[in-house]
Amino acid sequence: MSSTTGFSSYFHFSQVDWASMWSATGETIWMTVFSLVLVAIIGILLGLLLFETTDSHSLWARLLHWLAAVFVNVFRSIPFIILIVLLLPITKNLVGTIIGPKAALPSLIISAAPFYARMVELAFHEIDHGVIEAAESMGATNTQIIFKVLLPESSPALVSGITVTGISLIGYTAMAGVIGAGGLGNLAYLDGFQASNNTITLVATIVILIIVFIFQTIGDLTVRRIDKRITR
Amino acid sequence: MIDIKGVSKVFKGKKEITAVEDVNLQINDGEIYGIVGYSGAGKSTLVRMFNGLETPTTGTVTINDTVMSDLHGKELREKRQKMGMIFQYFNLLWSRTVLQNVTFPLELTHVAKEERQAKAEKLIETVGLKGRENAYPSELSGGQQQRVAIARALANDPELLLSDEATSGLDPKTTDEVLELLLKINRELNITIIVITHEMHVIRKICDRMAVMDAGRVVEEGSVFDIFRHPQKEITKQFVSEEETPQLSDTNVVIKELLKQVPTGKIIKLTFHGDQAKLPIISEMLRQFPEIDLNIVDGSIHQTQEGSIGTLYLQLLGDGQEIVDAQDYLHKMRVETEVIRGE
Ligand SMILES: Nc1ncnc2c1ncn2[C@@H]1O[C@H](COP(=O)(O)OP(=O)(O)OP(=O)(O)O)[C@@H](O)[C@H]1O
Ligand SMILES: [Mg+2]
Repeated sequence: MSSTTGFSSYFHFSQVDWASMWSATGETIWMTVFSLVLVAIIGILLGLLLFETTDSHSLWARLLHWLAAVFVNVFRSIPFIILIVLLLPITKNLVGTIIGPKAALPSLIISAAPFYARMVELAFHEIDHGVIEAAESMGATNTQIIFKVLLPESSPALVSGITVTGISLIGYTAMAGVIGAGGLGNLAYLDGFQASNNTITLVATIVILIIVFIFQTIGDLTVRRIDKRITR
Repeated sequence: MIDIKGVSKVFKGKKEITAVEDVNLQINDGEIYGIVGYSGAGKSTLVRMFNGLETPTTGTVTINDTVMSDLHGKELREKRQKMGMIFQYFNLLWSRTVLQNVTFPLELTHVAKEERQAKAEKLIETVGLKGRENAYPSELSGGQQQRVAIARALANDPELLLSDEATSGLDPKTTDEVLELLLKINRELNITIIVITHEMHVIRKICDRMAVMDAGRVVEEGSVFDIFRHPQKEITKQFVSEEETPQLSDTNVVIKELLKQVPTGKIIKLTFHGDQAKLPIISEMLRQFPEIDLNIVDGSIHQTQEGSIGTLYLQLLGDGQEIVDAQDYLHKMRVETEVIRGE
């Protein structure tokens, strides 16, 4: 019988059920990528709304800005673990279950989208106003300005923002796992912590680190490829 | 033709700012029109009302029979497509290559891809950037970036080109090259150009007519040649003198020094216009009045679109009557004289 405490307890690799390790890895990646895609879409729309309604003269725009800003600030401030619990009834309605990887999606998206929306808004504000004005002076429509100026000109910031958001989403999926959402966090908690199997916890940690590393690298490489502001 | 009638612009904020006040101007087709003024004079605000980026609080801006403030939405955008604008900081899209920046306005107007490409390549050649089509703005010098911006502004065959401090961020040599390009565009494509600047030499080099703005108002207006010759208002005189003798302070130093060394003698400033600058008037004067001794203190000749203007500071020594006669002779030759220091 191997000991369940002490330094050596991390290295009983024979006790690792690799099949469940890989399926948990798959769940983590699936939850992260799926929610990240939705977070990107919602975040960009929300960020655009915040940006377009900034300093507007129209009363409606001001109201819209205020509502969006309140939504973003509130959901950005709620600690994730509390948000999951808070959203349990809604989750149950939306996806029909409160366990498994699907159940994590609503809370993942609702917590990360406002976070990303703020980054999107900032990225748009960082675009030189003169460039937008130049497009206006050429007779561009608002839609043309969004698709031909705002999005491409802020693309490095949008990509590095989605990288950061993706990495925190990986962390959130692990937390969600603890309350039953599946993935590596769930595995580390149930098979690692509760079964006193430190090796599983360690392996799950390393796999998460590798996923984070891959996300970061893809993000950094993409930013480098699309950023033409500095000559190299 | 551009007709500005009683245009004012008041910005309402915490404090009301009257940026432009009761401006009346007429700008003819095919003309290069300069607007000069110090920072905050309201030049940008005025020019932004030309393409509807700002709307006048009162008055009307009429461009080729269209009142700009009557236009909204689609009509306004279509009118803007017929006006190019260039800026101090170029305002290029960094995420696009030179070629893609020039095709940008053509994409806005849904020109077919091959046509866009062909047109942009031709314009890039016009502005002298052939071979740099695939470079990104960050790989170009300021002057080259402004050339890209000019090509972009010309893409939709505008009837009017607005230039807001387009050379202010460039060094003197590059400034001259860009001005040369604007002149070429004006002549070859017959495009009306409005040039906003705080530098008088920009106006002198390329403009036909000009206006001087001060605190939101146009205080003086007319042909560049006339204004350089006879500036009326104090602010115009300041602008002209900055330009005429870039080392004016040096000149004063030289005059003082000369007066100290040679307490006698009169110092006069001569102004030559057009063809007079080419005639040997001074040597003829010396031949007629051989008793006079002469020292050249300072001098310069400038080219404007209508001819050259020369200034010469002379110290005249000799018999008082001879000097008066010599001045009369200069008057007869239509050279303007101004006594800087009497005897
Ligand atoms: N959008 C705005 N809101 C409030 N005030 C403005 C606005 N735009 C310009 N102004 C004010 O109007 C005045 C004229 O500004 P404008 O930019 O037209 O001057 P300018 O002659 O172009 O100066 P510069 O040479 O510095 O570009 C300034 O006092 C400026 O602060
Ligand atoms: Mg200005």
